Amino acid sequence: MKGIINSLFSQRRRGRTVSLLIVTIAFIVLQAMVMSKSLSRLLISLLVPVCAYIVAAIGLNLNVGFSGELNLGQAGFMSIGAFTSVILSGILNANGISGIPVLILCIIAGAVMAAVIGWLISVPVLKLQGDYLAIVTLAFGQIIMSLINNLYCGIDAKGLHFAFVTNDIVLSEGGKMLISGPMGATGVSTVSTFTAGFILVVIALLVVYNLIDSRRGRAIMAARDNRIAAESIGISISGTKTLAFVVSSCLAGAAGALYALNYSSFVATKFDFNSSILLLVYVVLGGLGNMSGTIISTAVLVVLPEMLRFLQNYRMLIYAVVLIVIMLVSNNAFLKTKAEQLKKKLAAGKKGAAENV
Amino acid sequence: MNYSNLFKTGLAAVMALSLAACSSGSGDNGGSSAGTDTAAAIKLGASGPITGDAAVYGLAVQHAAEIAIEEVNAKGGTQIELKFEDDQADGEKAVSAYNSLMDWGMQISLATVTSGAGQAVAPNYEQDNIFGLTPSGSSTAIIYKDTVNNKDPYGVLFQMCFTDPNQGTASADYLAGHTELGTKVGIIYRSDDNYSTGIYQTFKAQADKVGLEIVATETFINSDTDYSVQVKKMADAGADIVFLPIYYQPASQILVEADKQGYTPNFFGCDGMDGILTLDNFDTNLAEGLYMLTPFSSDATDEKTANFVKKYQDKYGETPNQFAADAYDCVYAIKQAIDNAGITADMAQDDITAAMIKEFTSMTFDGITGLSMTWSASGEVSKAPKAVVIENGVYVGVE
Repeated sequence: MKGIINSLFSQRRRGRTVSLLIVTIAFIVLQAMVMSKSLSRLLISLLVPVCAYIVAAIGLNLNVGFSGELNLGQAGFMSIGAFTSVILSGILNANGISGIPVLILCIIAGAVMAAVIGWLISVPVLKLQGDYLAIVTLAFGQIIMSLINNLYCGIDAKGLHFAFVTNDIVLSEGGKMLISGPMGATGVSTVSTFTAGFILVVIALLVVYNLIDSRRGRAIMAARDNRIAAESIGISISGTKTLAFVVSSCLAGAAGALYALNYSSFVATKFDFNSSILLLVYVVLGGLGNMSGTIISTAVLVVLPEMLRFLQNYRMLIYAVVLIVIMLVSNNAFLKTKAEQLKKKLAAGKKGAAENV
Repeated sequence: MNYSNLFKTGLAAVMALSLAACSSGSGDNGGSSAGTDTAAAIKLGASGPITGDAAVYGLAVQHAAEIAIEEVNAKGGTQIELKFEDDQADGEKAVSAYNSLMDWGMQISLATVTSGAGQAVAPNYEQDNIFGLTPSGSSTAIIYKDTVNNKDPYGVLFQMCFTDPNQGTASADYLAGHTELGTKVGIIYRSDDNYSTGIYQTFKAQADKVGLEIVATETFINSDTDYSVQVKKMADAGADIVFLPIYYQPASQILVEADKQGYTPNFFGCDGMDGILTLDNFDTNLAEGLYMLTPFSSDATDEKTANFVKKYQDKYGETPNQFAADAYDCVYAIKQAIDNAGITADMAQDDITAAMIKEFTSMTFDGITGLSMTWSASGEVSKAPKAVVIENGVYVGVE
């Protein structure tokens, strides 16, 4: 037993164990609070979006933290996942399928779609050195937003109908518009649950940690730290970076699907440049390459503006101030050395205790 | 370097904030409670953008609703307590705002100020069976589930303003009946905006029907900042009246650009144009002669309007716009329905909602945005559209 615990908290696996523990404990506590009705409606309504943002942020952290490539279009991939899932859930609902199977199929479809598009983008871009990925993903996010903003999609007995820019879709009796251009997706049947969100977060963590701990994961970090050295030992730079990018966009797609099926209506402009930057803020604040940090910072930063509602008009002002204060405090050199010292002390104490035994 | 001091201050600030955040968790305090503290006050919730791009609308609604609530409560009788939440005109935030209001115990609602936010929360209103009267959410998606055929209404949501399609149709009718404004119509609209495309589509359909000549149609999208191409095309096509079914921020830039190019057609907007006179750093001289379709003009001389405009100006130093007027009317319409039906705060939620719906579908309401307003069972309002023109920096009603 002790051996298992030791191996779980060994240097190599500590990050994974801590992340999973945090998520599981948070899930159990929150679920208990939901059951006992001690959680406000406001907080309950935030559970699923927080899970979705965490999954997208975990993906982004793989890309930014481990692969070292700046991605400014993560919300664009969420958008792809979201609108793919809206169309698929429309098809499934029309065929009489509803509930959890819809959610599972939609998340898979959203993830696959985002991964395929992520791969298409990364193939040419990641062969280049420098900040090209940042520029391309920035443009990609804008393009996706504009495209979906002009996309009309309806479903009726004859199947799917698509139109672009002008809505000339004529639906037969009983038909339903799924996406109406700037009006966004409407009438989505909401099937996302907190449990599904939790499972998705766990899957995302397992995927990312298993990738990092694998041979390919080491190659990803080697390519980030020293491109030339990595190339000299035969690592394909573009290949490893592409892998990280595709997994990252795949997770964003899954997150988008989870998000989409939580709201009965949402618009493409929701996934704009600001959302991408916000995701990047979650990652940077949580710490590059630090999944537990990302999870905590995402949860805090999504919930914080809602908790500041009592401030009324000063809400967003205070939110910005809090953000700056957290950034300053968490990057404070003095604090970091203190934390290091504390860590060393604790380690020494443990060692001492072990020797005494 | 005194890092420890900085750290201590920062930590203290964070702790103070988190404490404050905890106290808000219970959700019963704070808010713009303009009502009294008596236990019998009916709880009226509202959400709208009071931060972000569309804040002008949310603030106007919030201010006007507060004025109306003060007046209503001062008269005695049924007391109403108002709580206004920020939704940044965003669907996700609107759902949070709605849930925050439900935690507070909202019984009747002013729904949302903007359309996009409104369509995201509309199903929640139906699910919880809460009556909502939106002052300015003009999209049909707020009141109808099926927006293709405008069928299948939610039933609990009502509008104080015209729907977008109605605005487009009314604008086309107005231009067809007032050929002195211009006969060659140019249109600039925002293609990625629900409000703008909604009005454009019905305007176009009605224009074809009544025989308006549309000589140029140009679009732009949200983040555009340069309108020189669109304005140039209007000028090249010889449009002498330019229809702008857009919000006032881009409209102000179009006016600036037209002035720069020396192009002087008549401009005609809808209710989104309202607010252009209060825009910071905008030379309001450029808005002189701008026509807009709005049911409210602050220069009206009737007693109700004059009283409202004066109070608003005294309190906030601005002339109220149409959003404010709509919100003011909303509170009075709700008050009228409450009094007619004899609703009290201790009634069951389903009874309150049923009584409100019954009143709204049967009563006639006289407000400052129109007389003899009635509502259909699906929630659409019926009132006469009016046009105003900006002269010497104020709205003046025109025939």
